[in-house]
Amino acid sequence: MLDNLSLLFDLAPVFNIQLLLDGLFIGAIFALAAYGLALVWGVMNVKNLAQGDFVIMGGYIAYSLGEWGIHPILGLPLAIVVMFAFGWAVYVLVIRRVIDRDLFTSLLATFGIAIVVQQSLNLIYGPEVKIAESGFGIRSALDNQLTVSDIKVVSFVMAAALAIAVVVFMKRSRMGQAIRATAQDPRAAKIMGIDTDRVYAFTFALNAAICGAAGVLIAMIWVIQPFYGITHSIRSFVIVTAAGFGNLPGVIIAGLGLGVAEQYSGFVMGAEFQQATVVGLLVAVLVWRQIQQGRLRQVVQ
Amino acid sequence: MKFNTLPGRAQGFSRLVMAGAAVGLLAAGSAQAKIEGDTIVLGSAISLTGKYATNGVHAQNGYDLAVRKINEGGGVKVDGKSYKLKVVYYDDESTPARGAQLAERLIKQDGVQFMLGPYSSGLTKAIAPVTEKYKIPMVEAEGASRSLFTQGYKYLFAVLSTSEQYLASAIDLAAEMAEKEGRKPSDVKIAMAFENDPFSLDVRAGVVDDAKKYGMKVVIDDKLPRDLSDMSATLTKAKALKPDLLIVSGHSKGAATAVRQINEMKIDIPMIAMTHCEAAKVTDKFGAGANDILCSTQWAETLSYEDEMFGTAAEFHEEFKANFEGYTTVPYQSAQAAAAVMVWKDAFERANSFEIDKVRDAIAATDMQTFYGPIRFSEAGNNIAKPMVLRQIQGGSYNVVAPSKWASHPLNFPREAGF
Repeated sequence: MLDNLSLLFDLAPVFNIQLLLDGLFIGAIFALAAYGLALVWGVMNVKNLAQGDFVIMGGYIAYSLGEWGIHPILGLPLAIVVMFAFGWAVYVLVIRRVIDRDLFTSLLATFGIAIVVQQSLNLIYGPEVKIAESGFGIRSALDNQLTVSDIKVVSFVMAAALAIAVVVFMKRSRMGQAIRATAQDPRAAKIMGIDTDRVYAFTFALNAAICGAAGVLIAMIWVIQPFYGITHSIRSFVIVTAAGFGNLPGVIIAGLGLGVAEQYSGFVMGAEFQQATVVGLLVAVLVWRQIQQGRLRQVVQ
Repeated sequence: MKFNTLPGRAQGFSRLVMAGAAVGLLAAGSAQAKIEGDTIVLGSAISLTGKYATNGVHAQNGYDLAVRKINEGGGVKVDGKSYKLKVVYYDDESTPARGAQLAERLIKQDGVQFMLGPYSSGLTKAIAPVTEKYKIPMVEAEGASRSLFTQGYKYLFAVLSTSEQYLASAIDLAAEMAEKEGRKPSDVKIAMAFENDPFSLDVRAGVVDDAKKYGMKVVIDDKLPRDLSDMSATLTKAKALKPDLLIVSGHSKGAATAVRQINEMKIDIPMIAMTHCEAAKVTDKFGAGANDILCSTQWAETLSYEDEMFGTAAEFHEEFKANFEGYTTVPYQSAQAAAAVMVWKDAFERANSFEIDKVRDAIAATDMQTFYGPIRFSEAGNNIAKPMVLRQIQGGSYNVVAPSKWASHPLNFPREAGF
């Protein structure tokens, strides 16, 4: 571990750039899925455990396109449309029935959705890992010491564009306003003539669409497998817990930070600690929040 | 009335007892019915759904082909009579708990007394204690974990090479190459990334032992989490430390992730060895990017093994493809499954009996040549006669390069990176 640290600081500081770039590029995609979760959590108070599985579904859309000889990047619009419809259907079939129940009912329901999605993907595509090949080039500098594949850059840009689009939509559009109003006070929104059921359906569908888009990018950068959803779910939960919902800049910063933290811990402590870092950070954030709240309570007293 | 009811009730009760006893007898009868008429019933819990489904089906196809072949070729001859083989399958859904449950069911309810193994080391680990408890011999073909053979099991036999042998030959090869270049084998630097699961850690243990033997230096020793799809941090480290040999083992996801990122990050290491290249279909997915990567395998159709039933390895390969649709190359999982059924036939015939202990001893004394390779079991039950082979991906095809006794092609060294 110390050897690896000295490697970063003395022997080959250039690799810091590599780790930073890899972390930021992938962190942007984490942030995307996490923002979807923040939306659903904040507006509907549903903690969607199937978040990661929606991401993986998007990945399989990109993979299928590749199999049919269509460039997987075109999976981005397709995944948004398909997953939006899927999200809407899931809302009507399941979520609508549990939204007014207590926390555990919705947790169980979404956990069930996660299992159904995993097993269906497994039945359709089989349990082997799949990839979607972008065929884009690889840039390298300093005698191949630094490499960046174009797909990561493209994904970063796409993720950023999507995030901006969603923000503009939430601020400007009628539906976006309705969503924000419902998030603030669903009863008041109802009285003002907002069809909250439709707002919920739209929010859930929008989240699925965002996840699907993230999945398309993930399939072209990493590998996908029907059971990989859980890691993406955990990452989303960590990011949202750290940033709080309704806080898009926070989600973005936390997402990018998590990406970089994973890369560094993988380098310094070994890959076995890469995911442990994610969970460790969650614990740290929760402890920190607790302390903060403790302080607040004192003030109130 | 009163007089009548009492004896009436007693009669009814005794009838119930009789019926119960009869059911009990029937159950006891079925527990001994390991042979149904002229059919020997083998049992197997195997992964037909869930995450191991692909390989589970490969194994099942191997079992089925061998059973069919044996039945068509006159069956199993015991005590002058010819018996047919039949396998009862249950789907363990790729979960160990279910596997153990189904093994109980096969033995207790279905009365199966001869078992074929499940798919994967994890499932075998779950089922072996059950077969051991009931003293039911199991010949398995898909659980390679070394830890299966350190428990003192007496009824477990495996036809495949155990996991610690998987990549050990890569170390020998690296030492050989270092000497050819005029360097000492102890100068060789190794980078390793193994998945954090029992199987891959066994593979790692074998590599570490062999590396120690040569005094090689392990510069990276990362353990990949089960669902990791990114190993760029490990590869960045490899770039910084410039090892002579990179070893990766993490089932097919490990192989797919490694090959993808090795290309993406332009990793230039003279020798790269992996497991599960075939399962990950790296040649289809990455084309030239997978070139010159070394892959370990239990069996290849190009090996010159041979037996009387299937003929050569190549003939088995053709016959398998003719029987099952959708295969371009036959996975070794199918080949070793077929070999496990051959062990049963051979053992029954040598035991010349269906007494469990005689059959068990006959299995233990197995010494046979098959299209899959020689089979001879150690005290612990693993096959010690068959070596692992290393194949190198050369121009998109897998060519055997080590050990030299079976090599069909020379090794490309150092690796020509495909970028």
